[in-house]
Parts: sequence; C-alpha cells; structure tokens
Amino acid sequence: MLVLGLLVVSLSAASDQFLTAGNLTSLLNNNAVNVIWAVGLLVVLIAGGIDISFAVAASVVQYAAVSVFEALGGGNWLIGFAVAGVLGVALGFINASLIHGFRIITIVVTIATFNAFFGLLMFFTKGRFIYNLPDWWTTRVVLWEHQSADGRWAELNLPVLVTLVCVVLTWVLIRHTTLGRQLYAFGDNPDGAARAGVSVALMQFVAFGWMGLMAGIGGLMQVNITQEVVPNALIGRELDVLAAVVLGGARLGGGRGTVVGCVLGVLLVAVTQNGLNLLGVSPFAFKMIIGAIILLAISTTNLSFRRP
Amino acid sequence: MEAATVAVPAVRLRHVSKVFGGVRALDDLDFEVGQGEVHCLAGENGCGKSTLIKIVTGVHTPEPGAEIELFGEPVQGMTPLEARARGIAVIWQEFALFPEMSVAENIAFDTLVGARPRRVSHARLRTLAQEALASLGISIELDEPVSTLPIAKRQIVAIARALVGDARLIFMDEPTSSLTQTETDRLLEIVRRLSATGVAIVFVSHRLAEVIDVASRVTVVRDGRLVGVHDTADMTTSRLTELMTGQNFDQSIRFRDLSTATVMLEVTRLTRKGEYEDVTLRIRRGEVLGLTGLIGAGRTELAHTLFGMTRADRGGMSLDGKPVELDSNRDAMRVGIAYVSEDRLSLGLIQQQSIADNIVLPVLPRLSSPSGLLSRRRIGDTVARWVRELSIRIGRPEDAVSTLSGGNQQRVVLSKWLTTEPRLLILDCPTVGVDVGARAGVFDIVQRLADQGLAILLISDEVSEVYFNADRVLHMAEGRIVGDYLPGEITLESLESRIYA
Repeated sequence: MLVLGLLVVSLSAASDQFLTAGNLTSLLNNNAVNVIWAVGLLVVLIAGGIDISFAVAASVVQYAAVSVFEALGGGNWLIGFAVAGVLGVALGFINASLIHGFRIITIVVTIATFNAFFGLLMFFTKGRFIYNLPDWWTTRVVLWEHQSADGRWAELNLPVLVTLVCVVLTWVLIRHTTLGRQLYAFGDNPDGAARAGVSVALMQFVAFGWMGLMAGIGGLMQVNITQEVVPNALIGRELDVLAAVVLGGARLGGGRGTVVGCVLGVLLVAVTQNGLNLLGVSPFAFKMIIGAIILLAISTTNLSFRRP
Repeated sequence: MEAATVAVPAVRLRHVSKVFGGVRALDDLDFEVGQGEVHCLAGENGCGKSTLIKIVTGVHTPEPGAEIELFGEPVQGMTPLEARARGIAVIWQEFALFPEMSVAENIAFDTLVGARPRRVSHARLRTLAQEALASLGISIELDEPVSTLPIAKRQIVAIARALVGDARLIFMDEPTSSLTQTETDRLLEIVRRLSATGVAIVFVSHRLAEVIDVASRVTVVRDGRLVGVHDTADMTTSRLTELMTGQNFDQSIRFRDLSTATVMLEVTRLTRKGEYEDVTLRIRRGEVLGLTGLIGAGRTELAHTLFGMTRADRGGMSLDGKPVELDSNRDAMRVGIAYVSEDRLSLGLIQQQSIADNIVLPVLPRLSSPSGLLSRRRIGDTVARWVRELSIRIGRPEDAVSTLSGGNQQRVVLSKWLTTEPRLLILDCPTVGVDVGARAGVFDIVQRLADQGLAILLISDEVSEVYFNADRVLHMAEGRIVGDYLPGEITLESLESRIYA
C-alpha cells in the first residue's frame, strides 16, 4: 500500500502524463483481466494450492465460446457470461478432480493441464486467429467518459465494472462465507481442517472452480478489449499474475492473503510498467525492474514477521 | 467404581480393534466413561491411545465387530462431524489450530464447518470466542493470529475451542505437556469445573501425578490391549508406571564427586536484555547440570546464546579454559557445543527425511569419500553405530523419521548431535512428548554420556527430572539464577515448593 502510494506520487512528479484521467483510466481498462485472474488465483493460493493453467484455460474458453455462440446464432452478453463461466468452471473442475482424485500436488497437475490445454487448443484450432466475432462481444461498452481540456478522451469500459464485481464477489466469498474461512483453514493446516470436518474435496472444487470461473470471465473480457481470439495470446500471463498476487501478500503454501492486497499487487506492477513506459525506459528493462520490486516487496514483508 | 457409571455412560466401547497395514493398533479393547467423570487413559506412546480417541471421534472406523455407544445410543460409521454433533470434542496433541487465522476464528472454528455454506458473522465468532475464554477465566486478544501466541496460550485456545458448541465429552490429549505448573493447575481446575457441570473428560497425560490427582478412574492400555481399569484413589505413580510399561522403575538421586574434574563451560555475568541477566555458572567435565524454572524464566533464551544463536549484551563464556566468542551456531558446533532443542518436532528433525539422513546431517562434510562425493558406506557405518549405541528401535534406516515414536525420535535427535562429537551437550526439555518408559531410557543415555566425560546442561520444567538426573540443580526465575542446590542436600518436595512458589 505504502509502496504503491510512493510510486504514484513519484511518477506523478516525474511524468506529467501519468496523473491524467486518460492514463489512469486506460491503466484500469488494460489491467481489468489481470485483476480478475488475480482474485481467482488468490483463492487457490489461500487454499494452499497453485494454478499454472488458468491463462491457457482462458484461451480454451474463448475458442469454445466462439463455437457455442455460432451454434446459438450469435448470443448476447447474458449468454456470454453464462457460457464463459460454465466452461471456465468445467476446466477448473478438471484440475480439481485430478488433484483430489489422484492426490497429486496442485503445481504438478496444473503444469500438466497447462500443457494439455495448450496442446489440444493448438491442435484443434491449428493456430487459427479469429476476427469474425459477434458484434456484441467486440463492441466497446463505455460506462463513463470524459473529455479533458486538451481534447483527449478518458473512458471506463465494461471490463472495469466486471472486474469490480469479481473483486467484490471474491471478497465476500473468502471473507464472509463459511466456505471462504474453511479455505483459509484448509490452506493453513490441512490435517487440522480435515479433522474438524472440512471436506477436502469440496475445498479443491471451490478453489479451482472459482479460479476457473474467473479464468473464463477474464477470457471473455480479454476478447472485448482486443477484439480478436488468438490461441497463444494469453500464454505466459499466468506467471505475471502469480507474481502480482504473491506481491500482494498471499502466501505460497496457503492460509494467508487478502483481496485488497491482491488488487494492490496487480496495480503496483501495472503502475510500475506504465510509469516506466511514460519515462521512456526500455521495455526490456521492465521485467528486470519488476523482478527487483517483487524481491524487495516480499523480503521487506517477511522481515517484519521475523522474530528478533 | 460403580458410582461414576450409574447413569448412562458417555461412551461405551466393546470389542474395538483396529488394524493398520497388518499392525494391530487396538486389540479387542473395552472402554467406558461415565457422564461427568474425569477419566484417564494411560499407556505408553504407540499403545493405541490416539487410535482409540480417533475411533470415538469418528476419524477412524474400527474393524467389524466393534460396538460403540455414545450416551446410550449405538452408533456406526460415524464421521467427525457427526461425532461433534453428538457433543464429542477433542483437544489434539499436535495442535489442530490454524496459525494464520485469528484467535476468535480458531476458537469458534467448528461453527464455520457445517452442512451448508452460509454467511459468516465475524461479530458472532468473537462473541462465542469471548464466552469460551471467559468460562476459562482467561483473556486473550481475539484478533491476533494464533502464530503470534506462546505455546501455553495456544493450548488455551485449543481448549476454548472444545468448549464452543456444548461438548459433553472432551478428550484432552496431552493438554499439559507444554504448560508450566501454574498453568497446569489452572487447567486442572478447569477440568474439575467442567466435570462438575456434567461434562465427561478423558485425560491423556504423561504426567502421572496430575493424572492421579484429577481423574477418578484410569484405563491402562498396553500394546493395544486393555490392562485394566482402576480407581485412582488407591493408585500411585510407580504402580501406574508399572502397569503401563510392564516394568519396574525406581528412581534414586545421583551422587558423584566431581569437584576435581576440570571445568568445561564457564559462564560469567552473561546478560541479554529482556531475556536473562547476570548469569554465572560452570559445568565440569562429566557433570550433568540441571537448569529448571518456569517457562519464560529465560532458560531457553540462555541456551540459545550458549549455542551461538543469539549474542549476549554483556558477560563472557569460556570452554575448556579458553574464552569463546560465538557468532553463529556453526561456530558453536565447531568448538564442540551441541543443542537438542525443546521443539523437537519442528526444529530438531526433518520429519519427512529418513532416519539415516537426519542422523548424519550435521556431519555430512566429514562423510565424503576422497572423491568429494558422499560415501554411502561411511554414512551407513555412522548410522549403524548410533542406532546401536542409543538402542534406537527402527525398522530400516531409510524409513522417514515421522514413523518413529516420540522416544525414538528423541534418540535420533540425540545421535544426530552426538555425531558431531561435542564437549558440551545442551538438552532443552528432552522428554517433552516422550513416555515414562522411554524417558528412563533417554536419561540412561544421558548418564552414560556424562560418565564418558561429556559436560551436559539439562534444562527441564519438570523439577523431578533434573532432581533425579543432574548432579547439581540451578533454579532460574525471571532471567536470573536464584538458587543452586545439590539433590543430596534437599528433598524433592522442598525443591518443588521453592520453584513453583
């Protein structure tokens, strides 16, 4: 929180472009999908798991959704959310069944499904891009717009609203439902939770189902932003999101993490990237700097927990 | 005996057996506890006590043919949730707490687990937790994560958790093993109070005196079989030990004249602010120096400094006449100091690794062959030597340490440190979680090591332990050494009364 504040202040000072409505709103629009995925991944991390496959799963959802919409003769937003959600949850349940059914650790299962999903996707689509998408899907839905004095437009689009809904729903789930608190307990001390009567299977299905739901909705929003479906567009994003969530204070190993921290983690990475762009720093340096920030942020958090 | 069972018993088991992978953990056991009775379940580690508890609480299913009645109703194929719905609660030995979650949530956790997901009222959790703590007469900050609490308070949290949800039968598995005498007394008081309100309590403890004190009857189990059910009114600790182990132990104090032996460790006016102050002590070659006092007296903190893990603000120490400065525990190991920590399970052993790997861990560099690679043969020899010398009961050296009983794990820790060939051995509560029978074995080893010339600092909160096993006893209170006793010149009772005063 403090780091983000400092960063915003110093960037505002360093670049007069940073603190404009146009820049800030595009920052939100562009990071909507990452935040949606991040809160999904947060739930998995809290439950003591990890998911590598969600970005690829989102691509699978996109392609599958295109076929479903064609079959339905077009569809609309309502159908869109339902289809993407159901497909996403289904993919999440595949992970959960493998993890629970064969008692395999989550990272192994999701690396396997990451490869399997991507391989199947490339095989069936033959790497084909799709631009011919239903209009409702690719039309920007502007929720708020504003023209500043210099004539530039600032706007907030549908993905930002969807992100907000996802964030609030996740917050309610993990903070205010018995399921959510069981997820924390399960991630914190799996044996203790099982002895207290927490259903291990239920926890895996809730965590990965929620991750899948967020993956699907994120995929749906991604198409709305980029107006195309490309099989390898999302692959690789999973590690960026993972880093941001961990940066936001979620513990690899379970039991700790908050929605607020998670959103701040994504925004911190986004603001850094945005600021560096505006300052004209080479994009190649960007990854390096993000790496350094993550190390710094995590080591300072850990230091404060260390006993004297 | 009949008085406690006139009403319908809280729990009644007949012909309960349980087999794990060919091993008969329980063999045709009967067990009965009356409502409102404080009942003790006694037996050595691995005798089947935990298995029995797990069966009554629905964690394990017994072999066919068993009869289980709870409050007069026969039950079958019960799950942990159903057991709790019937008013059965357990305080597990390895705390089943959630370290990252708040005190309030830990205490009221069982209300979070139900058939249907629903909204959580954090206010209600706090109220429930507050009530449970209040009934124990204790206050703990409700929003702190449990990981920040000392062990004694975590134990209170675990007990409070059992009280939420109106338990009518509470199993307490080693509830006092990490408590000081005052805390134990308070817990026993709580147990009596609960029993007076009709709650049945099954108490499992290694501290036999307190068992006899608090329980009205005791069921003794050995090797998964029932040895007998006895009234505690005419029971003594030595008779109970005999029943549990099938062996006879007698304790006598040591008397050895070590005044001519050379001094191995000399500590002068050692001070670390907030932990201990002005500590001066010496341990001679071959001497066992006992250090006792309540938890929080600064004993473990002192041990950490002696082992180089923390630095003293003032004062100095010398080993074998030479002053030493320790910057880390590697320094300490190099000059010949070994430390067996209090927290064996988390710090002393790597549970998932094999017995062999654990034993040779501190001396790996020495076990390389000339090529620089680890020598399988040297590792095998070292492991075999210590398994033999400390008579560790193991299956194969490749088995995970977690498969061993508490007493045998403690021996593995000991041998791990003895491989470093230390000159000073610090033992911090070496019998926590170790059975009576196995304890004697651990102390036999301690005596043998001392006789071989090792200087030993024996830290324990059980006064009787240092009284019977040390040549000299130091009493530490609030960071200072406040008493220095020879067991031959004071009785155990008067020593205990000074320390627990």
